[in-house]
Amino acid sequence: MTDRTIERLMPWAVTIGFFVVWEICCRLFDLDVFILPAPSDIWREAIKFAPELAYHSAQTLYTTLAGFGLAVVVGVALGAAIGSSRLVYRGLYPVLIGFNSIPKVALVPILVIWFGIGTVPAILTAFVISFFPIAVNVATGLATIERDMTDVLRSLGASRRDILLKVGLPRSMPYLFASLKVAITLSFVGSVIAETVASNKGIGYLMLSASSNYNVPLVFAGLLVLALLGVVMYVAAAMLEMRTSAWAFRGSDVVS
Amino acid sequence: MNALIELKSVGMVFDTGKEQIRALEATDLSIDEGHFLAVVGPSGCGKSTLMRLLTGLTRASEGEIRIGDVTLDGPARDVGMAFQNASLMPWRTTLDNVLVSFEVSPHHRRAFARDRGPFVDQASSLLAEVGLSKFKDRFPWELSGGMQQRVNVCRSIVHAPRLVMLDEPFGALDAFTREALWAVMQRLWIERGFTAVLITHDLREAVYLSDEVIVMSARPGRIIHRQPIDLPRPRSLEMTYTDAFQGHVHMLREKIQTDQEMS
Repeated sequence: MTDRTIERLMPWAVTIGFFVVWEICCRLFDLDVFILPAPSDIWREAIKFAPELAYHSAQTLYTTLAGFGLAVVVGVALGAAIGSSRLVYRGLYPVLIGFNSIPKVALVPILVIWFGIGTVPAILTAFVISFFPIAVNVATGLATIERDMTDVLRSLGASRRDILLKVGLPRSMPYLFASLKVAITLSFVGSVIAETVASNKGIGYLMLSASSNYNVPLVFAGLLVLALLGVVMYVAAAMLEMRTSAWAFRGSDVVS
Repeated sequence: MNALIELKSVGMVFDTGKEQIRALEATDLSIDEGHFLAVVGPSGCGKSTLMRLLTGLTRASEGEIRIGDVTLDGPARDVGMAFQNASLMPWRTTLDNVLVSFEVSPHHRRAFARDRGPFVDQASSLLAEVGLSKFKDRFPWELSGGMQQRVNVCRSIVHAPRLVMLDEPFGALDAFTREALWAVMQRLWIERGFTAVLITHDLREAVYLSDEVIVMSARPGRIIHRQPIDLPRPRSLEMTYTDAFQGHVHMLREKIQTDQEMS
């Protein structure tokens, strides 16, 4: 085997190895299924509850993506405003920092008062938890344009709008896509938190109700589905990043 | 010849809030159309300040600057600029990096939006002239430092500006590449006849390229010497070893030296 194939197989080997070690530990120490179910128990329960898992993950996926979409729109607009105007930056930044310091789970009860339980609070929690890194990254991309670059364009006769469109936005693309990878995982966290606290749909709700029925393997099945969805969305964001800002990677083959 | 640029007692004071720093004494200067002017001096002598003033990127705190018949008020439009840092856009190919000059130029942007064709031709032939035909569709990181600087120079002159400002464009290059680019620069200037202002630390570069070298003193900047360079054109690297050429370089060296000793 060449070094390259070994490198490519590594993630699979580690993942499979992790589950094998888990299974062996459970059997070796004869752990109670209520404490830590073995992967085989979890798998059995996952097959049994496959339709429920599918239904609830679809719901979680929906609220995550809806919240994430909102976060992208608002985050980019906000980041563009902060990054291109000193005045807006001065005014808005402290407020944003303050807002970002609030643990978002604390907002869920308020969202429930406003919108009732269910889909809307989940979408909004996913949104509020994930727009901040997007806004900050876009603003950074815009604010760190080299002075030489803007000087060259201004002396050619470019307007502020020209500079924003031709330099600012293309330049902040790698920053934006780097933040999307973080934001998609965050909005996923937001969705699940809201579902756990206040919903009758979604993986978070499924896990909560499984645990109150002492069906621990199903709780773990929910966890594994969450991990799987998280990886899939992260990879999707990473691939989008590679496609749209290949120039920032200069032909190297990193996907992370 | 007419003066393209005229400075009337232009001075610059930076206000840091705590103190006022004078970067440039009141200066009179006129640059004829089609002239190649070089500005030399120790670091911190206000060379770059002078350049930012000439292009209107910074507003002078006193005096008046005229380009053509207009008094400068805000950034001068349609000026080409090239810095030591090539500052190309990494997401654009070589050709597209050069074309940006047409895209944002007030004189060309409309025509460019209608039909890129003729502009692509102009940019391509300019790139061919500096030996970059094969690299038209490459991205900046695929080019060497010298090639990037050639693209940078192309971008600053492709739209036929009346004034081209060069702020140590060859400063970061190795000696061989730098000398090769002097020849390229000289040829472009002879062919196209733009007015050029070159800021440099390199006295040989100043003498090789310019019609006149002005020497500035350490801060606060002020012009302490003007030296016309009457060597015939086109100049060659061979010429830089002649007595006449060396004479100019020594003279400039001496002026800078005495100024430094006095301060």
